[in-house]
Amino acid sequence: MVDDMPVLRARGLHKDFGRAAGLVRAVDDVDLDVVAGETVAIMGPSGCGKSTLLHILGGLDQATGGEIHLAGQRIDRMGERALARLRSDAVGFVFQGFHLMDELTAVENVEVPALLAGRPARAARAQAIELLDRVGLADRREFLPSALSGGQRQRVAIARALSNKPRVILADEPTGNLDSAATLDVLGLFDDLHQAGQTLVIVTHDARIAATADRLITMRDGAFVDQTILTGGTHGNRGALAGLDG
Amino acid sequence: MVVLVIGVAVTALSVGLALNGMTDSPYRQTRQATAGPDVVAGFMLPGKQTFAPGAVDELVNTSGVIGHTGPYPLTYTTMEAHGRSKGVAVEGRDPAPAAVDQPLVTEGRWVRRGEVVIERGFADDLGVHVGDDVTLAGRPYRVAGTAVTAGLPSYPSNICHIACDVPFPGPPSGGAPDIGLVWLTSPEATALAGDTGSLSFYLNLTLADPSAAPAFVARRTGPGTFAERWPGTFLISWQDIQNADTGLVQSEQIAMQVSGFLLAMLAIAGMAVLAGRRMVDQTRRVGLLKAVGGTPEVVAAVLLAEHLAMALVAAALGIVAGRLIAPLIASAGAGLVGAPGAPELTPATIALPAAIAVAVAVAATLVPAMRAARVSTVRALADHARPPRRRALLLAISARLPVPLLLGMRLIARRPARGALNALSIAVAVTGIVAIFPTAGQDLAAAPGPRADRLGQLTAIVTVMLIVVAAVNTLFIARATITDARRMTALSRAFGATSWQVSAGMSTAQLLPALPGAIIGIPAGLYLYRAAAQQRMLTIPPAWQLVAVLLGTSIAVALLTAATTRLGARQSVTEILRTERA
Repeated sequence: MVDDMPVLRARGLHKDFGRAAGLVRAVDDVDLDVVAGETVAIMGPSGCGKSTLLHILGGLDQATGGEIHLAGQRIDRMGERALARLRSDAVGFVFQGFHLMDELTAVENVEVPALLAGRPARAARAQAIELLDRVGLADRREFLPSALSGGQRQRVAIARALSNKPRVILADEPTGNLDSAATLDVLGLFDDLHQAGQTLVIVTHDARIAATADRLITMRDGAFVDQTILTGGTHGNRGALAGLDG
Repeated sequence: MVVLVIGVAVTALSVGLALNGMTDSPYRQTRQATAGPDVVAGFMLPGKQTFAPGAVDELVNTSGVIGHTGPYPLTYTTMEAHGRSKGVAVEGRDPAPAAVDQPLVTEGRWVRRGEVVIERGFADDLGVHVGDDVTLAGRPYRVAGTAVTAGLPSYPSNICHIACDVPFPGPPSGGAPDIGLVWLTSPEATALAGDTGSLSFYLNLTLADPSAAPAFVARRTGPGTFAERWPGTFLISWQDIQNADTGLVQSEQIAMQVSGFLLAMLAIAGMAVLAGRRMVDQTRRVGLLKAVGGTPEVVAAVLLAEHLAMALVAAALGIVAGRLIAPLIASAGAGLVGAPGAPELTPATIALPAAIAVAVAVAATLVPAMRAARVSTVRALADHARPPRRRALLLAISARLPVPLLLGMRLIARRPARGALNALSIAVAVTGIVAIFPTAGQDLAAAPGPRADRLGQLTAIVTVMLIVVAAVNTLFIARATITDARRMTALSRAFGATSWQVSAGMSTAQLLPALPGAIIGIPAGLYLYRAAAQQRMLTIPPAWQLVAVLLGTSIAVALLTAATTRLGARQSVTEILRTERA
């Protein structure tokens, strides 16, 4: 399913916070290519800049320097309106804390990106139902987030990320708030997406999750320090890789 | 902010209460300084340049009458001064001092032949000074002095507000014209009457018991009494004159008390939003209170006590501010000796504003305090905000709307009570504006003059106060909405909404409740004015003015919220999602 066209490319990317003596370089000279259909895991200890990098790659945050190309467009010089359109069309975000809207049901949460993209309500609802079915929550679509388990909430969040058929899904510690069973559940879902050709960039500090990717990048102090091609990836025995099987 | 919002409302209310009786003091001083009469009797015999001597004899010989001066001639004409023409009452007086009602000369000297003395309030309004030249019915006079009297109400009030038969038209809306008072020597006043064709006489009486003056007048007015036996006569007591002097202030008092009530309503709306926000900010503190053993009652009491303390501070500041402002409004002009006395500090003038401030604080705080008291300790310690409301119908409707309206309606659906407070705030402000400008303004414009000018200035101040508090409320509500919806708006931006759409959505959330509030405020303002002005019919201003109020309010709300929401929509998405709970 992997082809050679990079969906996401970063060159010389850096992000600074503060200035002078208080300057902190959260992202330090990062080069990255992610081709379509590839699953890339970025791993490192807490505070190493993983989430900041992910937000910059998705156009949620501005880099201090460097270039980013996403879906064939250079985004580091884009205006706010164009970036919003890009986030709507090409990127799907999955957050560690799920970030579902409490007052909306599962299906209403999933349809939000489609409604914001201007799609008709009926079409958005139909697609949201389909996506919930795809993540195995067809029978929970009218439930509020408070009535769902952690794993179910994250599956709703993943369905929401898929709403506008994004070129790439950027997942920030997607299993960070989940127990082992739910983690396995979400891993399975990512595997299914990978099999379907979805491009994924997953930030994690959990080696078991990273082991399921095509490529593992290790990050420390804002910089990439190691890169490993994983031949097994999510095609292998993910339970064993993740150390979750008995 | 709590102190500011309540303080403004209490100030307006305190001014209204403080005006009670404040102008009594200058009148009493003037009455003392001029040996003011207890009763003034007027004699008007149409077509005759005289009075009935029998009527005068009967009055001065009545038991209880211990002194008198007059009868003096009185005529009405027009005075020209500095290019302005004004209707005046011309009293004829002796150059020698009178035992009863001797006007007190405040500048220059008392009347002499060929010279005129002008009542000080009237002179001030005309800008006439000692030595200036004026004309009365075309005859030239030099201004000899200015003086004050307690025998007639001071300008812009005048005798015509009690009883009058003058050759000047009153205002189209009814009521008496504002005319000035001048003194000439008696022969000159009588001669002037030959030109004008109107001459009446008046007599000043002193009673053994001045407080019995109203009863003295009452016994001689009506069928079968002195007034019927001597046609063309009328009697007024010094209390009537005092009331006419304070009549203008009474209008101002009503305006301030009504505006105090409106401002209190605005304060409730603003306080409720502030209290709700403070409760959200203090969720963790509530959890800590409960964790160390505080019962829900204790938690509610602590939160309530904080706001009550602030309300009492605001009440104290408002009462002090009201006492400082009231004399400026109550100033009876230059027509009386001395400044208005300090507002009386009675239990009512303290207790009522304080009680209203406390009531505002309780009304606005009780629900959030009870809610905070009920929240679970664990949830409070985790600093979890109260979950938003779910309004399925609004959510379904909003899904069919463009993005800004979708976001706006969903923001309203999350916190419907806040939308209701927003509507209330705008409704109250528009009620006041409609009551004051298009409606009262129309009546004031129909009766131009110094009274209308003063009332117009006061109502303008009141309007500004209403607009300022309503604007502050709008900003509070916009700010609260932005803070409360940080995660929702950040997520919307993460999933493709532009910051402009988010900003427009937040503005929509303010405008949608404001519009019905403004629409309700229009009839409410019309009826409020009718009630305050004690009119039988509604005063309906031109439709374009009401439309202008509606449009102006909408534009003002949009502009006020636009800047705030624009800032809110530009906050870093990543920062919000990092700090906000899941």
